[in-house]
Formats: sequence, C-alpha cells, structure tokens
Amino acid sequence: MSTVTLQNVKKSFGRTEVIHGVSLDIKDGEFIVIVGPSGCGKSTLLRMVAGLETVTEGEVQIDGLRVNEAEPMDRDIAMVFQNYALYPHMSVYDNMAYGLKIAGTPKTEIADRVAVAAKMLQLEEYLKRKPRELSGGQRQRVAMGRAIVRKPKVFLFDEPLSNLDAKLRVQMRLEIKELQRKLGITALYVTHDQVEAMTLADRMVVMNAGRADQIGAPLEVYADPQTEFVAGFIGSPATNFVPARTLTGAPPGAQTLGVRPEHATLTADGQGRAQGKVMYAEALGAETLVHVRLLTGELFTVRQDGTDAVPTEGQACGLDWGMQGQFFFDVGGKRVR
Amino acid sequence: MARLPASGMVEKRGASHYAIHAGLILGVVIIAFPIWLAFVASTVSQPEIVSPPMPLLPGDKFFENYRKALVSGINAPVATMLFNSMVMALGIALGKIVISLLSAFAIVYFKFPGRQFFFWLIFMTLMLPVEVRIVPTYEVAANFGMLNSYPGLILPLIASATATFLFRQFFLTVPDELAEAARVDGARPMRFFWDILLPMSRTNIAALFVILFIYGWNQYLWPLLITTDPEMNTIVMGIKQMFPSGDDVADWPVIMATSILAMLPPVIVVISMQKLFIRGLVDTEK
Repeated sequence: MSTVTLQNVKKSFGRTEVIHGVSLDIKDGEFIVIVGPSGCGKSTLLRMVAGLETVTEGEVQIDGLRVNEAEPMDRDIAMVFQNYALYPHMSVYDNMAYGLKIAGTPKTEIADRVAVAAKMLQLEEYLKRKPRELSGGQRQRVAMGRAIVRKPKVFLFDEPLSNLDAKLRVQMRLEIKELQRKLGITALYVTHDQVEAMTLADRMVVMNAGRADQIGAPLEVYADPQTEFVAGFIGSPATNFVPARTLTGAPPGAQTLGVRPEHATLTADGQGRAQGKVMYAEALGAETLVHVRLLTGELFTVRQDGTDAVPTEGQACGLDWGMQGQFFFDVGGKRVR
Repeated sequence: MARLPASGMVEKRGASHYAIHAGLILGVVIIAFPIWLAFVASTVSQPEIVSPPMPLLPGDKFFENYRKALVSGINAPVATMLFNSMVMALGIALGKIVISLLSAFAIVYFKFPGRQFFFWLIFMTLMLPVEVRIVPTYEVAANFGMLNSYPGLILPLIASATATFLFRQFFLTVPDELAEAARVDGARPMRFFWDILLPMSRTNIAALFVILFIYGWNQYLWPLLITTDPEMNTIVMGIKQMFPSGDDVADWPVIMATSILAMLPPVIVVISMQKLFIRGLVDTEK
C-alpha cells in the first residue's frame, strides 16, 4: 500500500533518448495501466520503476522517498513478467517462497503465506509440480502468486497476458482486477492491448514515442483525446481522420478532423458533411461496420446498429456527425478546440 | 511423425533387422577383442604369454597377478598410481568445472571493461594445444617448485576454454527475465548463481564432468614431464614406465593387469553417469 511518483523521468540508451520526460502521480491502491504501441517506451518506464533500468534524469519515488539508486529488492516491489520467468528447477511452492526465503522469513510464516496465495489463485493441488508441468494459465497464476506472497508496496505487470490465448486472457484479466481490488495494492500495468487498458485501469497513461500523451480515466481518455495519436490508438475500430481543410467550419489551425465510427451516420447521397461511396460493409450481428471511400480519397468507417439496413456496395452516400463527436487536431497532432 | 506408415524406421523387422544386429555385434567383437586379450594375458603366467599361440581363455593366475600389480607393481605399486591418477583426474575435472562456471558467469552476467576482450582471450587459448606451450609451462611449474606434486599435476591443466565456452553458450540461452526475477526477489548475484544458475546447469555439469574426468585420467605427456619420483606416477604414464629398457624381461601379466585396472575408473564413471551424461548432451531443461 503506497504511492508512486514519477517526476519528469527521462531515459537514454547511449545518446538516444527513448523517454523524454514522464511525470505521474499514482495514488495508494490505484491501478494504473500504461498503454502504447511497441517501442513507445512503456516497458522501459516500468523497468525504471522496478529498478531494472537506471533512471537517466528525473526522480522515481515510492512512498515519497527517492528510489532512483535503490536495488529492486530494496524498493519493495513485485513484478510479473511477460514470459512469467519462473525458476524451472523449483516446484511451484519454492518458486513462490523464494523471495521470502531470501528475506529470511521464518519457515512457518512462508508456509502460511504461500498457502493463502495458493488458495486465492486455486493453485493448491499444483504446489509440488514443476513449472514445465503446468499450463500457460497456471504458470501465469504462479507468477502472480510469487508477487502476492511478498506483500509488496507496488505490483508491476509487464504485459502479463500476452502469452495466453484469447479466452484465457479475458478470464485472467478479470482475475487480476479482482485480486488487485481485494488486496488494495498499488499496481502499474504495461500492455499494448487497449482493451486491457480500458477494462483494468483506474487511470491510464497513453504513451507515444517516449511521451505520455494523455493520462486519465479510460472513458475520459476515450471521450476526450488530447492528441491525434490517442484518438487513433484508443478505440476499435479506430477513429476516422479527414483533412480539416475539406470541411467548412473548422477552427483556425486545424489540420485534421477525427470522428469515431459510432459518432458518424450514413445519409442519402448529397446530404451530410462529406460524400463518398460504400466500399464494403461488415455485418457482425450486433453492429455493422460500413467502410466508405470519401471523394477526397480517405477511408472512413461508420459503425451502425446491427438492426439498421446494410447498404449495398458501390452505393453513393453522404456522411454526417454531430459537433460533439468531432475532434480537431493541429499539424503537430495536438487538439484544437 | 505419427503419419509414417507402419513400415517406418522404428517398426522395421525381418531380415534387415537381423543383418543390422549382426553387423553391430561384429563391430563390438572387433573392438572388444584386444581388451579381452589384455584381460586373458593378465590372468596367465609369463611363460604362457610368450609361448605361441597365445591363450584365448583366462588362466588361473588372476588373483596372483592383480595382487602383485596392486601391492608391488614394477616401479611403484599400482594402487599408488591409481590414487595419483584419481587425484589428478578429479582435481582437473572439478577444478575445470568450477573455474569455467565462474568465468562464464562473469562474462555473461557482468558488464566490465574488456569483457569481450577477455572472452576472446580465453577463446584463443583453445587454439593452443598443451603440447605447444609445454616447455614454458614446465619452466613455470618447475620454478614454483611444483615438480613431483599434486598441484604440479593439476594446476597447469586446470583452465578450460572449452568448458568456459560451453557454459557461456548455456548461460546465454537462459532468459534475462530469470535473472531479473531473481533480482526483484532479492537475490544478490552469487545467490542467483547458487540457487538458480547452478541447478539449471547440472546436466551440463554432469556431461562435462565425464568428459573432463576422462581427459584428466588419460593425460600422458604432462605427468611424464612433471613427475620423476615413481611414487608420483600416474597410471597411464606408469604403464609405459613398466616396459623394460635394455635386456630386462617384461612382466607382461602384471603390465596387462595394470592396463585393465587403468581402464576401470573411466568405465565406472561413464556407466554410472550415463543417464545424466546423455541428458546433458541432448536436452536442456528450460
């Protein structure tokens, strides 16, 4: 239970700066998800909090104390790795107990703590097995158990679900969320999957090329993206982008207009704010995604209700959207209001 | 593999099956025959050996010959030479494993100036066999007063580029996350080495032990140079020392008994460690 603070944290590998200054205040018990495409520096940021990477500039604080120079073990954190990093020659029990053993915890207490964690994670029958005798989901649980028994101040997750199949991922996602709620431990979670970010986070940090583009509650970020990148990265299907100069009523300085697929509607040809031709329609049952090629050349996706009529391919049509659903961005991708 | 027809490689039966076995048995007989002869020669008396044709069935002097070899030998008792060989082979095998494990650990897991340089320096010594550097090595060993001593037998042969290279390659395949997980768990480097790396390397260690033990046991040239006192002879060179010079008569039954005795320890090591040895060569536990 504690707070984590990043103060203008920067990281360089040699002469290349990969993180250009990230500041973040994590409250006690908060679940923060760092999301971004590969190579945006999200894992590096997490590893700096863990103490596995040095901090080039700025300050990392846990509970208000500077930990820049502290070894991982002295920061009182626990980390779950993408490939689980279980010790292959140790049983599940020993894997979970190892950190406590090194810390010199009495044997009876180790046994108690492991038993509690094993029960919580439904691992009781597997305690004597080796990691190679477990399924992917079970290994994932052991990795979580190893983090739980330490009762750390902060949980760090580095893409913990990306090695699991889709179904298990959904299940483990719920379990992680539930566990974190129950234990009330501050958590920092890195993922490239925006669905994970939206569902798990109390607040999320959208990273783009070494910068935190936006920090906020998931729905707030979704409804009110601060940059073109955030608008494009969060949400599926992705936000449509149209050059703003083709439209009337664009604010000065606006270069691009973003409209989410669910905010746009198809209209009759010649009406609405843009004109195009239906390329193809994907009827998914609950919803239909209509892909329209605009006269200006851009591809535009409209998401309509599954019960609405599916337009025929090649049909000329108009597109309309409300003032609420449109975001303008300047040349640098910053929001223009 | 499951789609192979029933006549696949594993299922082969019939004439060719027996032909293959006949071939294998013939090969074994050809290889084993000289050893059998040595054994027969160690159980008969001197006159029986030198009068042709040589006997092909064991005689009745087994205990007599072996007792003579073990207790008195020719220059030194074989028991002493076996002990010397054992000390040397174990010292070399264990020493090589300890040193190369530690140097591979340093090269793979620590960043220090000249890391690559040192690795290549070690690697380059692979290209220099013992014989090339034997004169300077002898000079150094002699100046340290290590002639006729166990350190003199062991130390000059104890560094191993091959084993270091092997452990380095193995350590490189261990995922970095494992070291990081151990760091987060609070393991300092040597703790990580003991608790994680060493147990993970145990099949490799077993395989190397077998190879290095036999390497140490079979050393001939180096013990020949470094020991002059018969009490310090190792058995492999001792056999050669037993051959008579000039007009002396060779005591063949005792020499043969010594040869058989010299073969036993490596055979025991190989057989007892066979399972681990093969596992170490074919699979890695990850």
